[in-house]
Parts: sequence; C-alpha cells; structure tokens
Amino acid sequence: MDWTLLIDKTILILIVFLISLGVAAYATYGERKIAAILQDRIGPDRAGPFGLLQPLADGVKFFLKEDITPAAADKFLFILGPSLFIATALMTSAVIPWGQSFFFGEHEFSLQVADLNVGILYILAVVSIGGYGIMIGGWASNNKFALLGALRASSQMISYEIPLGMSLVALLLYSNSLSLRDIVDMQQGFHWNVFYQPLGFLIFLICAFAECNRAPFDLPESESELIGGYHTEYSSMKLGFFLFAEYINMFISAALISCLFFGGYHFPGLDSLDLAPNLAAMISVIVLFSKIIFFIFFFMWVRWTLPRFRYDQLMRIGWKVLIPLSIVNVLITGAWLTFVK
Amino acid sequence: MSNSIDYVAILIQFSVAVGFVGVTLLTIRFAGPRRLTSDKLQSWESGIESVGNARFPFSIKYFLTAILFVMFDVEVIFMYPWAVNFKSLGMIGFVEMFLFIGTLLLGFGYIIKKGGLTWD
Repeated sequence: MDWTLLIDKTILILIVFLISLGVAAYATYGERKIAAILQDRIGPDRAGPFGLLQPLADGVKFFLKEDITPAAADKFLFILGPSLFIATALMTSAVIPWGQSFFFGEHEFSLQVADLNVGILYILAVVSIGGYGIMIGGWASNNKFALLGALRASSQMISYEIPLGMSLVALLLYSNSLSLRDIVDMQQGFHWNVFYQPLGFLIFLICAFAECNRAPFDLPESESELIGGYHTEYSSMKLGFFLFAEYINMFISAALISCLFFGGYHFPGLDSLDLAPNLAAMISVIVLFSKIIFFIFFFMWVRWTLPRFRYDQLMRIGWKVLIPLSIVNVLITGAWLTFVK
Repeated sequence: MSNSIDYVAILIQFSVAVGFVGVTLLTIRFAGPRRLTSDKLQSWESGIESVGNARFPFSIKYFLTAILFVMFDVEVIFMYPWAVNFKSLGMIGFVEMFLFIGTLLLGFGYIIKKGGLTWD
C-alpha cells in the first residue's frame, strides 16, 4: 500500500467534504437572496454584512433546537432515514474530477478522490440508495403527510431515473468509457458534449431537477398541500440533514452536468496558453467551479420562475415524453455513429 | 486507471460521511433542550386532533410504477455494456440493440394501451 497516496486521498476527501458543506450552506443563502431579487425584496441582511453570516446562524440554530421523535414513530428508522440520505449525498462527490493534477516536485496530487472505471454506475448506485433515505424517513414518521410525501418522492425519483440513465447511454456511445475523468478529457478544447448531445443534455437536466426534488418537480414537499412532505415530523439537525443533503445533491448535480456536458474543468484555449502545471491546475479548478456556480444559480432561477406541476402531469411527462424521447435519442445517436461517421 | 487504492479512498470517504452523521447525532442529543410533553409527541396534523396513524393502504398506482421501474431499469442497465463497447461491436451491435429496443418499445406500447401509466 502506498501511504503517501493514501494521505493525499484523505486530505482531498476532507477538503471536498468541507467544500460540500460550505457550498450547501451558502447555497441556502444564495437561494434566499436570489428569491429576494426576483421578487423585489431585500432578503436576509441582519446577520453580518449583507446577511453573509446567516448560514452560520441557521447552522447553530439547527444544533440548539429540541430534537423531537414523535411517540408513534419507529425510533430506529426515524434516525436511519435522514442519516442515510445525507451519507449518500456526501458519498457521490468521490468520482468527480475537480481539476488537473497539482505537482509538488515529482509528487502528483490528483484532484479526484477515486478514478473508478465504473464512475457513472457508482453515482447512479449511490443516488438510488439515497432514495431509500426519503422513503424510510417518511414512512417511519407515521404521519399521513410524511407518508404521502415519501411516496411521491420515491415514485418520482424512480420514474425519472430511467430517462436519466437512457440519456447517459447516448453519451456513452461517444465516450466508450464510464470513467468521468475519461469523459471530461474527451471534451478537451471546445468539443463539449452539449453540442453533440443537445437532446440528451435537455433530458438529463430535466431529470436532474426531478431527482433533486427541485421546483418545478418539488411535489414531495409541496408545502401548500403536504406541510413539509417527508420531513414534516423532523426537527433539529435531523431536519437539517434532509435540507443539507438536498443542497449537496444540487451541488453534485451541477458538478455532474458540468463534467458530462460542459467540458468539466476544460475551457477553450486552456492548452494553447502553455501554463505551468500548478497554475493550470488552479485555473482548471476555478473554471469548473464557475460552471458549477452557474448551474446552481440556474437551478434557483428556475425554482423562482416556474410554477409547480400537478402529480399526473409530472408522471405523464416522465413516462410518456421523456422515456420515448430518450430512447429515440439513443437510436439516432447509434445510427449516426454507425452510418455517418 | 482504477485500482485498489481508489476503492480504499471510497471507503475513507464513506467513513468520513458516517463519522459526520454520528458526531452530529451525538451533539444534538446534548446540545438542545429536552422538554417533552405528551402533546408535543403527537403526530402533527395541521393543529387538529390527530386521527389514527399512517399505516393504511395507499394507491396501487405507486406500486405499479415501482414494478415498471424495475423492468425498465434492468433494460437500461443492459444497455450500458453495449454502449461502452459500441465502437468495437460495429454494425451487428447496432442491429441487435435495435431489435432489443424494438421489443422494449412493443412492451411499452402495450403498457400505455392498457392504461398502466394513466394517473387521474
């Protein structure tokens, strides 16, 4: 076993972990500020300059609130649900390549926790386990609103997983690799996948919204009919787990969209600049994070612009529009690669 | 290329995630107040007295969706190895998958015709 490599990985894992939590915390701030701007309000402005300390205040409050487990709830599953949800959300970042490698003398510091050759399958698998977190949490609450929210959430997540997987199949026809590092490096220069797979990108984007339970697909927690959906009975940091995990999932989805369709850490002209490796690595990280922040902003922009779907509309779009479309996309891509190229 | 160190890294990440969950759950046990009353421990039902519990049968549609999902998801997983080896399989690979997807679409049409996906 190579110990220096293991120490590298541990350092990187801790950094990614802290960044995930930080981005999730400040995404809540961003969401409230963006909502405020779109609705012509001021938004949070009391804690610190421009309300910048608001996420910290919220975090402290989560820890100091009373932790209530309803008498009717299943005690063990009530804890397991949110724990599973946030643990899986924190696991998905492992296969995302955050940038080019840093070099300290001869030593290469890779900015990817694990370059698995089954990277995409790993993400799909972990995300599916996250669905159990919602289902278990909602069922264990023994509350009618929570049960309905959990049913809606799991039903919606599995329905949109099929077109999500299908749109990735079309992408794999090009890349011939499941490793995210290979897929990102394939898009070097300006060969971004979004130009070759516009339909696939659109399907993936819509499914990402649904998988994250974001508006306009936020039926599981539509507050006007279901109170809080599956987290109605939760309080204290257990509620925090659910909310945090949702924002982490949004962060990871934005990272995935950037990596799969928008060239990841590449930008046109990066190679022609001929920079020193460490500077190039620094720039590549900044490029990836700008793309991620743009997509997080896009998620929020959509949330505060579009109204919510009705449940039958949601299922109809998923099964009768997105699935046939994604199959057609696979066939067209296959035919193009076989007959034209 | 992936080797054992990558899977060890995943294990480390798993322990970091579980450790975070464990420490947080321990902290909130001691940080927050605990003043439990019987009213507070009731299931929340918009302020009115709660009736019964949430262990009741629900719409069969959800179950049907889950069954259909299992079928389709297996099909999608079948497509992954095909897609990864697409270039080396060539023309024959394309025709074979065309037949496979054709059969899948036949079944899909049958489900729609039967009204299996109609929510009202």
